[in-house]
Amino acid sequence: MSILNPAYDRGPFFDEMFGPTGEFRPHYGHLASSLQVLSEGEFNQRRTAVELAFLRRGVTFTVYESAEGTERIFPFDLIPRIIPAQEWARIEAGLIQRLTALNLFLHDIYHDQKILKDKIVPAVQVFSARHFRREFMNFSVPRDIYVHICGTDLIRDETGQYLVLEDNLRCPSGASYMIENRTAMRRAFPSLFQSYRVAKVESYSDDLLRALRYIAPPRTDKANVVLLTPGVGNSAYFEHAFLARQMGIPIVEGRDLVVRDSRVFMRTTAGLVSVDVIYRRIDDDFLDPLVFRPDSLLGVPGLVGAYRSGHVSLANSIGTGVADDKVIYAYVPKMIKYYLDQDPILPNVNTYLASEPAERKFILENLGKLVVKSANEAGGYGMLIGPAATEAEIAEFRAKVAAQPRNFIAQDPIMLSRSPTWCDNRLEGRHIDLRPYILNGEKITVTPGGLTRVALRSGSLVVNSSQGGGSKDTWVLQGEP
Amino acid sequence: MSKIPTVRPQATVMLSRVAHSLYWMSRYIERAENTARLLDVNLQFLIDFQRLNDKALLEHWSSILASSGDLELFDSLHESADSRTVTHFFAFELSNPNSILSCIFGARQHAYMIRDQISTEMWETINELYLFLKTHDATEVWAAGPDEFFQQIKRQSHLFQGLTDSTYSRSEGWEFIQFGKLIERADKTTRILDVKYHILLPNVSDVGGAVDTAQWHAVLRSASALDAYRRYYVHEILPWKVADFLIFSDSFPRSLNYCVTRLEEFLHRILGETAPRPRTAAARAARRLLANLQSLTINDVLDQGLHEFLLEVQQSLDLIGKEVVQTTMFYPAELGPEDPQQQQQQQ
Repeated sequence: MSILNPAYDRGPFFDEMFGPTGEFRPHYGHLASSLQVLSEGEFNQRRTAVELAFLRRGVTFTVYESAEGTERIFPFDLIPRIIPAQEWARIEAGLIQRLTALNLFLHDIYHDQKILKDKIVPAVQVFSARHFRREFMNFSVPRDIYVHICGTDLIRDETGQYLVLEDNLRCPSGASYMIENRTAMRRAFPSLFQSYRVAKVESYSDDLLRALRYIAPPRTDKANVVLLTPGVGNSAYFEHAFLARQMGIPIVEGRDLVVRDSRVFMRTTAGLVSVDVIYRRIDDDFLDPLVFRPDSLLGVPGLVGAYRSGHVSLANSIGTGVADDKVIYAYVPKMIKYYLDQDPILPNVNTYLASEPAERKFILENLGKLVVKSANEAGGYGMLIGPAATEAEIAEFRAKVAAQPRNFIAQDPIMLSRSPTWCDNRLEGRHIDLRPYILNGEKITVTPGGLTRVALRSGSLVVNSSQGGGSKDTWVLQGEP
Repeated sequence: MSKIPTVRPQATVMLSRVAHSLYWMSRYIERAENTARLLDVNLQFLIDFQRLNDKALLEHWSSILASSGDLELFDSLHESADSRTVTHFFAFELSNPNSILSCIFGARQHAYMIRDQISTEMWETINELYLFLKTHDATEVWAAGPDEFFQQIKRQSHLFQGLTDSTYSRSEGWEFIQFGKLIERADKTTRILDVKYHILLPNVSDVGGAVDTAQWHAVLRSASALDAYRRYYVHEILPWKVADFLIFSDSFPRSLNYCVTRLEEFLHRILGETAPRPRTAAARAARRLLANLQSLTINDVLDQGLHEFLLEVQQSLDLIGKEVVQTTMFYPAELGPEDPQQQQQQQ
């Protein structure tokens, strides 16, 4: 029996594979014919093989809450998400446009603050942003690039329109899973890659290394690039080691680095060796105990001083978090207009700011109908999904929003698009999002693909790995399907 | 300010922390394998001599505990030494840092930290062993017969060492891996030999009896040396010949002489020793130890007392290990700081 489910229910959502009348969307045609002749037994065999391979290879993430502090494999669904070439071209243009504007915004608010003076963005919103680093006013970052690595979360509404849900401009994670997922799919369905011309995602690490080398201080002919990790206990340690291995650069912890004369060195068996570029996967707060959190054990004393004096470059730069603050997010379409004089290619989700009195009133009166988010949380934490919340949860958020309006925004709930996903031994529709990875070096490039995250729980809209989410391989097609 | 070398190509730079992890990863794997062999052989030995009374049994296990150096820890955790408690202690007890489980978990933790530095093959072998241990419960293993369990540990260790040999570049990292393996191996050989000393002493009258011969037999098997010994000495198993073989053999890869000869080579490369007369304390200690192993005879050793001799070797090895860690690595011999408060959210 084929694994395609004749009773598959599209529901009132945009389904990635099935059109409005239940027909396959054209770009899913080859996949559907392959699935039609695939028995459940064989499908399960491949599924098990993929899971075992992930476990053996150690493609895992660490869950903090669970008592054992255990590593888990990131649940992986074998049905890929397919994006036709034309659709992708639009996404790509939209992402490049957005990151260009965000980068100009960061440069502006850390220098002349024109956008504040012109009252496009209220100054108070910037100055009250938790990740605004006033210490870096008038500091010029190497080659004027603030965000070198960006992961922007996209969703699709019930009409299939792509919307930007949030920008991740500090240390976005997940690129390693994008690459590992592709490896897994190539093994599980080698023949499908002959029917489809799927754009390669494997060039991500080369592009990343190139972007990192691009910002090296000018004195060096061969820059020493390192990846700075919080350590083996960090939930994304697998990714840190993976990327370091792919790029052939050392992975270092704070204790491996030392600052002397405003220069950064790593402790090697042969003594101290200079470091030119640091791809840091440590948040600003922990980077340097002399400047930020004094209790940080993860960072390097003196690192910020070395950065200021231009002897070492950081990716991403310090203070980028101000631009992925969820309040600032609401102003990105205006930034695009202001800096580029263009209309946004990828629109935002309709957003209400609790800090604006009129909008706060609306939010407080409609909590049950809205999605409320903290301005600075990530990973699906600190969030209220009104339509699915209990009275008590709503009451809790009402108090929080009223007490700290600057820390909350609300959005219209979006009925995320769904993709057929293997659950409970059959294919069912599950909500998905998409995180493409954008690199900013000599030019801005978007890796064709990304991480499609899927909410595995029936009806759930939360796709985060920490909240029961899984992932799918994302195929960007080249040319006509 | 101390001297700062000019920038070198990245491939030749090795972080001290990485060297440290390579060294311990390698030591832990070797340690787990030796412990598995020791337990396997002694459990079989007891099956062969089931008529041993309780007192003899107790002596047998006590001698193994004494030679391991972990007797005190054992006494704090268990009331009496019998097959079950001792096996549990050496195989599964996580409060024993030298148990097989602790060693494999430790090796895997180090390998995970330096996942980018070792080959995929090496990593997968350690990770598979780790997953095997995580999914097997001690009582279940015991019920199924422990020999399959020990086989698995030994096989994976051999696989790991073989894969290291065939997939890891001959670099500075290789030197640390080999150095860690050899120092652990030499140490374990002294302890395997010393087990017999602890058994032998209270029972001098039994020398040459069936039990005595079987015990020396067990010593050889504990060091995977039975076949090699037989090829060398035909089939007669004599105490002083066994000791002679395990201490002085030029060709057997677990003999003290063999291990220390190789170990000294790697030590010189790690410490950058080139002059005929060593500069560092570690290299001098290794030179002294090697000189003894190359010049003494088994009669000298027996005159001095086998146990005393082995103790001295252990102390030298200990000193060499500590000195190397101090000169080339900036970290104490445990894992890094892990403060659960300092977990960041993932974007």
